Amino acid sequence: MKRGIALVGVIALATVGRVLAQGAPPATRSDGAGSVHVWAVQRNIYALFGPGGNSTVSIGDEGVLIVDAMTAQAAPDLIAAVKTISNKPIRWIINTHSHPDHTGGNAAVAKSGVYVATGNTRGGGGASILSFESALMRLNGSAASPDKAPEGGWPTDSFFVKQKDMFFNGEPVLTMHVPNAHTDGDAIVFFRRSDVIAAGDVFTPDRYPVIDAAEGGSINGIIAGLNLLIELAVPAFNEEGGTMIVPGHGRICDESDVGDYRDMVTIVRDRIQDLLGKKMTLEQVRAARPTFDYDGVYASPAYTGDMFVEAVYRSLTAPSTSAQRSPSR
Amino acid sequence: MTAKRAWQPIAIAAAWTLATVTPAFAQVDFSGGWGARLHEDNLERGGGPEMNEFEGLPINAADRMRGDSWSASLWTVPEHQCIPHPADYGPNFSQLVMWSDVDPVTKDVIAWHTELSWMNPVRTIWMDGRPHPPAYAPHTWQGFSTGKWEGDMLTVETTHLKPAYIRRNGLARSEKATVREHFIRNGDILTIITIVNDPVYLTEPYIKSRNFQLDPGYHMTPYPCSVDVEIDRPAGEIPHYLPGANPFISEAAAKHKMPLEPARGGAETMYPEYMERMKSMPTATMPTQPATTGR
Repeated sequence: MKRGIALVGVIALATVGRVLAQGAPPATRSDGAGSVHVWAVQRNIYALFGPGGNSTVSIGDEGVLIVDAMTAQAAPDLIAAVKTISNKPIRWIINTHSHPDHTGGNAAVAKSGVYVATGNTRGGGGASILSFESALMRLNGSAASPDKAPEGGWPTDSFFVKQKDMFFNGEPVLTMHVPNAHTDGDAIVFFRRSDVIAAGDVFTPDRYPVIDAAEGGSINGIIAGLNLLIELAVPAFNEEGGTMIVPGHGRICDESDVGDYRDMVTIVRDRIQDLLGKKMTLEQVRAARPTFDYDGVYASPAYTGDMFVEAVYRSLTAPSTSAQRSPSR
Repeated sequence: MTAKRAWQPIAIAAAWTLATVTPAFAQVDFSGGWGARLHEDNLERGGGPEMNEFEGLPINAADRMRGDSWSASLWTVPEHQCIPHPADYGPNFSQLVMWSDVDPVTKDVIAWHTELSWMNPVRTIWMDGRPHPPAYAPHTWQGFSTGKWEGDMLTVETTHLKPAYIRRNGLARSEKATVREHFIRNGDILTIITIVNDPVYLTEPYIKSRNFQLDPGYHMTPYPCSVDVEIDRPAGEIPHYLPGANPFISEAAAKHKMPLEPARGGAETMYPEYMERMKSMPTATMPTQPATTGR
């Protein structure tokens, strides 16, 4: 009997010791649905991370606004993930550009939502979709593009000026055009009270910037877009936090992260510009390896340093077109 | 049962109990102010290193190129002015204050915090067993740290660091780096051993130690930072040197009458046997190329 009591005492003490040493892990919370993960950014804004890219979601009394609808394949998980953070209907989708990794889910996500009737948007159906005009034209086939989407995924609203303003879920939502950056139809979305910017593919910190020259993209437009993000963002203490930025691909960032990336893109652009000044061919520029010191951070088999070098080279040597102009307000 | 037999299970139980519970009660109190002893690695203290002074660091060729490209004028760019030292660099020379958060019910230490004097960065080391965040979570200057006791030593693992530097002259440390630290207290001396692993820019772990003396009367001074544009340069211009255009590459080596090769850094320059090789190397010459501002 005494031996039994002693053993119980040993087990009890051992257990107490482990609890004291380690503490209890905190309770886990919902992390999205299927392939789409949710991260609370700040105030009413959430970032959703899917297999093909990121979405930024505003939730509130008026409903749900989603910046970028991911791919068609990811759309069911995106819709399910949104339901884990809001029971309100999806009212708006804003596309940061026309590529299918950001618009492929338009039709399914819009269909799952509910239309907000206003004087100058079309009636009936699901959520409204907003994009810059050139993105609309690619998605609906008015302009030849591989981005052409089924009709349910076409933007219902578009703008062709510098900025489209809305007020949704208690805050200004500024959709700002970034000319000739990733494409010629880029927009960033600034949630002004929540202090979060959805940057689309103007900012992709997990890779070199992709310049879709066929759709009007340019290296100098990318740099201008990154500098616009920096201009809008205000960090909190010690160059950290404050305005948060959800990129088109990659992790959540703040101003210093954009600054670090902007430095890289600018430095690589300057190096290639300098080599062009020495009349080097593309092959000679490639051989000079102007991205060598950054490849370990940003290159991948899908988009190598050489591919980025070629994109920058072609962008810097392309004749400027009338399309590469800033729109008037 | 004899008296000896009766006590046997109790003795075994006591021994097991002591062995099992020891880690919990081996926790050391780091609370209080700590003064940096400043007796190691002069290049990382006070005024810091000179440009292109890379010796003693296990950098690879890509990081050497980052260092050669770097211009000190970068610190004048607004986004760079108020950056604090990251967790893996800050303990190099700053005074330190540590305190803990204690669960009011269980009295468990939930977290340790550190604050450094330069720029006042505050760091949290979670002790409650929580996991590190997912890859898409934000990165910070101090990263996300979790700690566990290994006997009397607190071992800390840090991820989610912002991209920063391994030395204050442009040698980069990537955000893919992870850091392991050991906090060891011997009486009034605290030793922090920092091990940086960076798959992008280091060929070997970078290991360093720093010592601190307990300073019970230490009071942290506020260190507010204000961003001010003091150099009017064209929008979007970033100071840097184009490849081959940095005029200062041999300057530090020449000034200290050492060969150029060790100043270029690399893992071999960390080890004592390298000093023998240096004896056969020519001393660096002071650059004659006129200094330019790069870009």
